[in-house]
Amino acid sequence: MAVSELHTPRRLAKLHERLGEPPRLVYIGAAAVAFWFVVAVFAPFIAPYDPIAQDLRTTLSPPSWAHPLGTDNFGRDVLSRIIFGTRLDLEMGILGVLFPFLIGITLGAFAGYFGGIVDTLLMRLLDVTIAFPYFVLVIAIIAILGPGVSSFYISVALVGWVSYARLVRAEMLVLREQDYVMACRALGFGHLRTMLRHMLPNAIIPAVVFSMTDVVIVILLGSSLSYLGLGAQPPTPEWGVMVADGQNFITRAWWITFFPGVAIVLAALSFSLFADGLAEWLGVQE
Amino acid sequence: MHRFKFVLYRPIQLLPVLIGVSIVTFILVQLIPGDPARILLGAKATPEAIAEVREKFGLDQPLVLQYVHFMKNLLQGELGRSIIYRAPVLSVVEQRVAPTLFLLIYGVVLSVLLAVPLALAAAWRAGSSVDQAVRVFSTAGIGLPAFWLGIMLMLLFSIELRLFPVSGYGEGALSHLHHLFLPALTISIALAPVLVRNLRATLLAQLESDYVSAERAKGLPERAIYLGHVFRNSLIPTVNLLGVNVSWLIGGTVVIESVYSVPGLGQLMVSSIFGRDYLVVQAVTLMFAIGVILVNFFVDIVTVALDPRVEM
Repeated sequence: MAVSELHTPRRLAKLHERLGEPPRLVYIGAAAVAFWFVVAVFAPFIAPYDPIAQDLRTTLSPPSWAHPLGTDNFGRDVLSRIIFGTRLDLEMGILGVLFPFLIGITLGAFAGYFGGIVDTLLMRLLDVTIAFPYFVLVIAIIAILGPGVSSFYISVALVGWVSYARLVRAEMLVLREQDYVMACRALGFGHLRTMLRHMLPNAIIPAVVFSMTDVVIVILLGSSLSYLGLGAQPPTPEWGVMVADGQNFITRAWWITFFPGVAIVLAALSFSLFADGLAEWLGVQE
Repeated sequence: MHRFKFVLYRPIQLLPVLIGVSIVTFILVQLIPGDPARILLGAKATPEAIAEVREKFGLDQPLVLQYVHFMKNLLQGELGRSIIYRAPVLSVVEQRVAPTLFLLIYGVVLSVLLAVPLALAAAWRAGSSVDQAVRVFSTAGIGLPAFWLGIMLMLLFSIELRLFPVSGYGEGALSHLHHLFLPALTISIALAPVLVRNLRATLLAQLESDYVSAERAKGLPERAIYLGHVFRNSLIPTVNLLGVNVSWLIGGTVVIESVYSVPGLGQLMVSSIFGRDYLVVQAVTLMFAIGVILVNFFVDIVTVALDPRVEM
């Protein structure tokens, strides 16, 4: 009991006590990230128009008071589509990180804790996975599953776990030698309890910090795939899809392509700031 | 020369990875639902052709034997036939290698030209306004979606200013340089922030070392220390970083080639996915993986050549 309290500070208050006041960047980043969540959740109340309602009288109209960011070739309001697009892009960024995160930390924890054959096998699998360019392997798997958002999640989970497994494994290898781990075992705690409740909370910080940077990578990946036609499908309001839709009208209506891209840049920047702040606060070198 | 011995035994060490890569690419096509012979031949295949493919790839045999067939064919350069191009996959893929390679190297050169001066300027006085500006560039640059940036550059430089072609690859080296300038620039704007961040950190770390103090004590001008010694010592980590990032770069070219219709491997891969030309997808995936392995091997050689202290 005493051992677990000393070495596995699960409560936030304890974490705060140990790490001190977060740098300003964490608050700025958190506020920027929160903004996107608010936009996603309250999209129907914020958006001035229906994101998929076509209005053929107002096709390709430039930014105006009625349509602040203009309309597309079907007369759909670009601003409303960007606002509703936040939902899917954010979802892709979060689920596209959550699945690899869970798979990666589990495999990494097992490999680092048990070592031996489990570790060797996992490391070989990891070597093979990283031999492929991340993006290429992801689209190769999507090629087989067929384009779509669910294929995207499966594919990213199958490829993205390696980063997390590597980070957690490296931490576990160090922790394995610590006295408190031996104490846990001496107290008769099982392998699972020692590993998951006592070691993992100490091993997870680099993986958590990386996951924030990974959100940026995965949002870019998801929108790139949708741009190529391999992710979200039209008429779904999604930023990459919107850029692709607008490209055909680029000479006559730049706003259809321009503004969804700005949304991607700003969303990515928000998560980057938060990730940088977190890395600084938790003292993790990337 | 014993430091270069790894050049001989590294390929043997890499063998398990290469076999693993071949197994993954083999399994990729196995996982496609439906009759494999029909998948490989397209919907309009004749029964004779289907029987022939079954025979050639051993499709009615156990999976392990099928893999043996696959490897045997692979080592003979036999990767099957493309159903869209109606030609051997190898010849289809071969033609696409040069544009991708050209674009990658072009992109790396531009990235270095962009990143090195920025990093030098930023690390010269850490915390200065120049440093802050570079930091803004490197933070914002990481979040720039390459496909969108590509379209914006195209809109500005090709459509408005008419300085560069909208798409394609051109004929001859000069024309390639002209056609691929915007695609390469897009890649470099995506890659340079990563290089700048790391090169800046390396420069700052080097500035702390003892030899810098010694040179200052000796009375060497600050500029000579910075450019002649600190910068040179920061180059090796940068070369390594390029090796680490080659996998990202290749991912970038897949998207950029599609934006600018560059007839390279990436564009071939994406169009083959839509055409359900699975053997081409398989071949390109394999080529890219082998490319990454080769580049990392090459980077190790360069590192050893540049720094006499490094042992592999």
